[in-house]
Parts: sequence; structure tokens; C-alpha cells
Amino acid sequence: MSLAQHLPALQVVLPLISAPLAVLLRRGGLAFAMVTAAAWAAFAIAIALWLQVDSSGSISYHIGNWEPPWGIEYRIDRLNSFMLVLVSGMAAVVLPYSRASIEREIPRESHYLFYAMMGLCMTGLLGITITGDAFNLFVFLEISSLSTYVLIALGRDRRALTASYQYLIMGSIGATFIVIAIGFLYLMTGTLNLADMATKLSTIKGTRPVLVALAFFTVGVSLKAAIFPLHQWLPNAYTYAPSAVTAFIGATATKVSLYALIRFYFTIFGDSLVFEQLPLPEIMLMLSLFALFVANFIAIFQSNLKRLFAYSSIGQIGYITLGLSFDSVHGLAASIMHLFNHGIAKGAIFLLTGGIVATLTTRQGIPTAPTFERLAGLSKQMPLTCFGIVIGGLSLIGVPGTAGFISKWYLILAAIEKDQWWLAGAIVISSLLALAYVWRFVEVAYFRSPPVGQNAHGEASISLLIPAWLLIAGTIWFGFDTSFTVGSALNAAQQLMSNSR
Amino acid sequence: MKNDLVLRVIGKLLIPFILLFALYVQFHGDFGPGGGFQAGVIIAAGIIFYALIHGVATTRRIVPDCLVETMLASGVLIYAGVGLAGLLFGGNYLDYFVLDPNPVLGQHRGIFWVEVGVATTVSGVMLKIYYMFASRSGSED
Repeated sequence: MSLAQHLPALQVVLPLISAPLAVLLRRGGLAFAMVTAAAWAAFAIAIALWLQVDSSGSISYHIGNWEPPWGIEYRIDRLNSFMLVLVSGMAAVVLPYSRASIEREIPRESHYLFYAMMGLCMTGLLGITITGDAFNLFVFLEISSLSTYVLIALGRDRRALTASYQYLIMGSIGATFIVIAIGFLYLMTGTLNLADMATKLSTIKGTRPVLVALAFFTVGVSLKAAIFPLHQWLPNAYTYAPSAVTAFIGATATKVSLYALIRFYFTIFGDSLVFEQLPLPEIMLMLSLFALFVANFIAIFQSNLKRLFAYSSIGQIGYITLGLSFDSVHGLAASIMHLFNHGIAKGAIFLLTGGIVATLTTRQGIPTAPTFERLAGLSKQMPLTCFGIVIGGLSLIGVPGTAGFISKWYLILAAIEKDQWWLAGAIVISSLLALAYVWRFVEVAYFRSPPVGQNAHGEASISLLIPAWLLIAGTIWFGFDTSFTVGSALNAAQQLMSNSR
Repeated sequence: MKNDLVLRVIGKLLIPFILLFALYVQFHGDFGPGGGFQAGVIIAAGIIFYALIHGVATTRRIVPDCLVETMLASGVLIYAGVGLAGLLFGGNYLDYFVLDPNPVLGQHRGIFWVEVGVATTVSGVMLKIYYMFASRSGSED
């Protein structure tokens, strides 16, 4: 038995097993060790799979030794091997951080449940990414969604419950739409295997049930991915969830939904149906522009730092859908790159914000919301945290030397390729809005004097800073060495475009 | 409702048969309607019936919270463990063919243990939900 050939299954199974083990162990520390070990193992497996796909092409794994299209197939190509690295990497960074972070945000007796939920959430997200089976994808979507609702509701602020409930309702509608779409596709093709579905669909493209499936799927995933204007659940969920949860789902959950969108559009429906016969590119373009300008504009006027960056996430998702709407290799590659680049920058920012929350909060107290009045003059007390947020913010703006610049560069390249100079201009102007909200933080943290009567509290603890700064370092690293991100994204985009023609 | 003689006697008579019926549904799942999920629900229903008559506190002494939590976790582990057993015997994940020299028997063996896992988790979850709703302080566990 060689372990290497079973890596696709272990990628999902190890986090899955870690969750019930965390419940059985019942002790916060042991549960933490269990789930963190699983996350690191998953990260190592993801890198091994990425290397394998890079050198020898797509991998297909047959669950239960049932041949596809009858059995469930795990299929790893260039796109999802890249996504697996992002999801498991974020989990591997966020979990060590969560130990110190949830200390003050979640009651001690439910720590083991928190870790179990993180394990399940990781399982679901990795499963959606790795599977080549439509119904399996839906099941993993439910696993990740249900665990995310619980994780958000764990926030100490009572509004976390309503935020979680709101997300539960919207997410359930989204999941229902997705399963209706899969039902229609099954009706028309008689198969659930994605590759098989794609070949069978090629002869009946444009029939009404397929179009209905496409519509349901698009709306369902737009809800899960918080694509403007279906983003209403996101700001509250991100604001009131525990910091570690915000960082993890902010960097991965919406990205994985977007991955599912890309997968269905390009692998199953084929871009000739989605982008040439239907007015979808125009709709997507309009919605992306609204996201860029409206969400970024709203972000400027938020008084809570977490909420500000939540709105910024909606804007950044706009860049990803904008890249899709171009229907070109460069546009698609820009989207895929931005999934990664935005994921690490936003993850880092939310981790650092969590550090501020943990430092401002008194022991076992209600977590202090990071509002701008409390952040005044923060740079004197927490220089590393503030500097990290600024660098992450520069990546959101897209300043050269950060990862965000690379994806925006390819986005502008794709716009110019299509001779749409005004779009290149729109991308630059929307970046100025990002500059405005990042500047707001800089102005408050660096140039205002601290509020009188505030206790000196010093820098966030080192166990909170190291994971966050790892991601910040990644943001800078991938701003200079783009061989991993750009290379993977271009390869993935070429593979998707050539398959779907 | 502890003092209601009729309920107590009927409960004493019925609960063993409810649990027995659950086992029938569990093991007959291969050949007829049934299986782990239904059996788990019936087991939980039997215990909830007991709780309705004798109160949640008494039931919690017989089926304590830690047992319920262990059940709901270990069921998933049994299921995933069957999958890993497939790996150990040289097959793919969740491969039942390799669990026995005779592949058909292997399929039987695999699904048997998977159903055991399902029943364990389902009855654990049903009881956990019931306890949480029944106990006054809803969010405590």
C-alpha cells in the first residue's frame, strides 16, 4: 500500500476525523492539538498534490473503488490543486492563532466544540474543492455551511446570533438553489460526475432545463459567495464572529464558493453557453462594477474596523467576478490569482484586527469592538499590528510590491486586451476608494492622540502576531515572486478555457 | 408524569420492544426498509419516551450527557474508520471489496459497520437535541 496514491482521500478524511476526535477528547488543549495537526497534515498533502499535478497532470481518485461516473470521483486539476493550497494553508495558519484568540472570546468549556467545528468547516471547504461529483459537492457545501453558522454564532456579542441566523437563512436558500440546479442537471444527463456531465451536456446545451439549472446555480452560489447584491449576510457575520473565525471564513469560504462557480461555468456549462449565448458577461460586469464602487464606498464610512474590512471583502469579490466577465485567459487567471492574493491579505488583516480585539478586551469580558474611537493613537502601543494592517491594506489597494498589485495588473491587462480602457480606469479609481478606507485607519491609528483615560496595554501577544505576520510576509512575497500564484493561475485558466471550448 | 400508573406500566412494557425493534430495523436494513438512520431515530425515540414519563433529570442519569456526546462523535469515527480500513487492506478509501476475501461478503461487512456508525451518531444527535431543548438553560451542555 503506498500512501502517496491515497493523498486525495486523506486530504479530506484527516480533517474529518479530527473533528469527532476533538469532541471525544473534550479538553480544549488536546482538541486544539488534534485539529491543528490535521490542518498541518492537510496543508502538507495539498502541497504534495499541487506538485504532483504540476509535474504529471490531473489526478483522479475513485472513492470505494467504484469506477466513475457511477462512483464518487475526486478529481484534482490545476485549478483545485491551487485552491487546496489556499484553503489548507489558511487553516494551518489560523488554527495556531485561534488558541490565544478564543481564550477571551469563547467560554472555556466550549473550546473543544470550537475546534471540532473548525475541523468540520475545513473538511467541507476542502471537500467542495477536491470533489468531481456534483452531489458530493453539495454535501460538502452543507458541511462547511452548517459548521460556519455555528462558528459565527459562537461570538460573544449577542448580535452574533442574529448575524448567524441571517446567514443561515440566506445560506440555506443558496444551498437549496444549488441542489435544485444539480437536480435539473441530473434530470437532463442522468449523471452526477462533473466530467461525465460536461460531455453529456455538450449536445443539449441551450435547452430550457439546462438554462434553468444555470440560473439557479448562479443565484445560489452568488448568495454563498456574497456577490453583490446578494451580500447582505456578510458584514454582520464577519463583524460579530470570533476573530479567528472571521479570518478563516473571510479568506476561504467565499473563495471556495467562487471556485465552485468557476468550476461549473467552465467545466460543465462551458463558456460558449455562459458567456456567448447569454447576456451573463454584461450582467456580471455591471454587478462587479457596483460591488467595486458601492461596497468600497460604504466601507469608507464604517466605524468598526472589522465591518470596514467586511465591506472591503465584498468589493474585492467584485474584482474576482470582473475577471470572470472578460471570458479570456488573462481575465480568468486574474480572478484565480485574486482568490489567493486577496485571501492571504484579508486573512492577515482579520488576524491582526483580532489581535487588537484580544488586547483591548479584559479577561473573560465581552470582546471590545474595534471601533475607530478606541483605535486612536494605537500605533504607539501596537506598532507591529498597525504596520501589518497597513501592509495588508496596501495589498487591498494594489500597490506595487504587494500581492494585490499582481492580480490587479492582470485584470487591467485583460481589460486592455478587450479594448476596454474605461474599465482599466474604473479599476484604478475603485482602488482609490480602497486607499480612502485604508487611509482612515492610518489617520486614526498614527496621527490621532489616544483617548484620555485609556489603560496602556502594549502589543498583541506574540502567538497572535506570528501567524498574522506570516501572512503579511506572504503578501509581500507573492508581490515579488509570482511564479507560484501567476504560474498556477495561468495554467489553470488555460486548462479551463481549452476544456470548455 | 411519574405518578401515572398506566403510563409507567405501558412504558415499562413498550420500551424494551421499541429498542428491540430498533435493532431489527438496524440489521434488517440490508434486505428491507430500514438502516442505521431509522434505527438510530427509533433508539432515541425509546429513550425520549422514557424521559417523557420519568423526567429529563432521571434520564440524564441513565444516559448521561457525556455518553451522548461520545456516541455522536464515535459514530462518525466508526464510519470514517471503515473507510480507513479499506486503505489498510490495500484498497481505496471506503473500498468494501477488500474487507473480505470474498468481495460480496466484503461489501456486506463494510455496509454493516457503516450502518452501526450511522445509528450511533443519529441516536446521539437526536438525544443531544432533545436534552438541549428540554433543559431549561438552553445553551448549556
